[in-house]
Amino acid sequence: MNNSPSPNGSPAPLVEARKLVKRFGDFTAVDGIDVEVQAGEAFGFLGPNGAGKSSTMRMVGAVSPPTDGELKVLGLDPVRDGPQIRARLGVVGQDNALDEQLTVGDNLAIYGRYFDLPRSVIRERIDELLDFVQLKERRDSKVDPLSGGMKRRLVIARSLINDPDMVLLDEPTTGLDPQARHALWERLYGLKQRGVTLILTTHYMDEAEQLCDRLVVMDQGRIVAEGAPSQLIATHASREVIELRFPPGEQVNALPKLDGLGEHVEELPDRVLISSNDAEAVVREVHTRGLEPATVLIRRSTLEDVFLRLTGRTLID
Amino acid sequence: MATPIAVRVLEGHLREYRHTWRGTTISSIATPVLFLAAMGLGLGALVDGGRGVDPAGDITYLAWLAPGLLAVSAMQAGAGDGAFPVMAGLQWIRTYHAVVATPVRPGDLLIGNLIWATIRLTVVGAVFVGVAVAFGAMALGPGLAALAPAVLTGIATCAAVSAFMATRKSDLAMSGLFRFVIVPLFLFSGAFFPLSELPAMVEPVARLNPVWHGVELTRGVALDVPTALHWAIHAGVLSTVFVVGTFLGSIAFARVLRA
Ligand SMILES: Nc1ncnc2c1ncn2[C@@H]1O[C@H](COP(=O)(O)OP(=O)(O)O)[C@@H](O)[C@H]1O
Ligand SMILES: [Mg+2]
Repeated sequence: MNNSPSPNGSPAPLVEARKLVKRFGDFTAVDGIDVEVQAGEAFGFLGPNGAGKSSTMRMVGAVSPPTDGELKVLGLDPVRDGPQIRARLGVVGQDNALDEQLTVGDNLAIYGRYFDLPRSVIRERIDELLDFVQLKERRDSKVDPLSGGMKRRLVIARSLINDPDMVLLDEPTTGLDPQARHALWERLYGLKQRGVTLILTTHYMDEAEQLCDRLVVMDQGRIVAEGAPSQLIATHASREVIELRFPPGEQVNALPKLDGLGEHVEELPDRVLISSNDAEAVVREVHTRGLEPATVLIRRSTLEDVFLRLTGRTLID
Repeated sequence: MATPIAVRVLEGHLREYRHTWRGTTISSIATPVLFLAAMGLGLGALVDGGRGVDPAGDITYLAWLAPGLLAVSAMQAGAGDGAFPVMAGLQWIRTYHAVVATPVRPGDLLIGNLIWATIRLTVVGAVFVGVAVAFGAMALGPGLAALAPAVLTGIATCAAVSAFMATRKSDLAMSGLFRFVIVPLFLFSGAFFPLSELPAMVEPVARLNPVWHGVELTRGVALDVPTALHWAIHAGVLSTVFVVGTFLGSIAFARVLRA
């Protein structure tokens, strides 16, 4: 890794953004964010659709020029040094953008040539990477008939063809079934263990919890919280959450009676969430107040609750 | 030494072509050959039996039509290459978005595409010349020389169509482009009948058609006959369309890919 130390001796961050802004016409998609990503880290942007995650990733990937603020990627200026930066990045975009009429192997070979890698190196890497993403026996089959999970794994292999210093993954598992998501997480875990720096965006809180060492919670172009997943939960949510579901139509009447319970009561269209450090006591009190919810579920707090607490909205609408 | 970036894009086209050459080559050769047979022989008998295309009387309709067809089929193939792959790359499959995440820049992508179009149009055109020679419609040497203006017509169209399509979001624009622009330019290009047959008021308008300049130049070279205007004017019009198309196309590609 070609990461020169900064004057004070600690290694320079791979990504350094200060008051970074992206506007499309009058619309501000990214509204002055500060981000630092260190080498070897798995860093996440967690936020709902439209939060500005892809816009941020495209600026970091040196494909979209920032409108305002400062941005350094791998110590370089993405506007001036775009080609040098992109030569050292791996990118898994939100769309697969695979050539479906070509074979798995050819998709990788063509991509490798964009980086001007010698053909012999490309051949070796294709073997290695298809092995890594478990598509070895699909090398000569067309992309078109592959499953969604397989295509996504192929895109990950493609992003690694240039042996990048850092990999950017924009919603790596959106639209996949649970089994395919787990297979993909396992591969990304493998990358992490190899020491590859990962930056990923997601609107799945479980994905963020599983993969990210550190993350920022993004909403409407701004960062609303930052930290390790466990730290964010500890800071912004209580230990437990009680989910109450009422029979149809009864939630409205029940709501006033829940007043003051736990630390915080949040009403969602289909259920009520009460956060508390003593869930048992809250449940007892619910019954004492004469309420009869159809179901009562006690669970530990997640990043979803952090997001809800900070923005008043859910991650997935 | 680093491979020029546009050449890397070209390599991608070549690798893709290994899988797709049959379909695309057959259609881009079969169509003009069918036209040559049907119109050159069938219609030709009628035309040559009447006033003919050449008042001096030497040139058969078949021989007159062949270079025109060479130019307009290059133009059509160029339009196709500038429309479908560009729409797919920018909007439908978005493959271009993955390409420009590498050291390849939007302009490299367009130029690589145009180099590829040049090669493909030359190969397809050469096969057409071979067929036309077999029909007795062309002489081999002048026919091959006429490839140059025909291919220039094709890549000028390709550049202009690429530039236009890159500014569009939906495929509706594509059918509109073919129906209302490409087909009229094809029909009124002077490939099938001399523009002088049009009403006197219409002819000057038809001469604004850049494809007519391509047909005129290609025919001039293939038949070794004088062109309507000085050859440099015909070549200049085509080159201008090519250069302006490429310039605007680079801007349009960057607007989409570097938003
Ligand atoms: N090229 C663009 N032109 C105009 N608006 C855009 C463009 N790209 C994104 N946006 C807008 O910016 C906002 C943030 O989008 P995006 O960064 O894609 O968010 P996310 O990836 O978090 O869903 C959205 O409202 C989106 O419509
Ligand atoms: Mg997005």
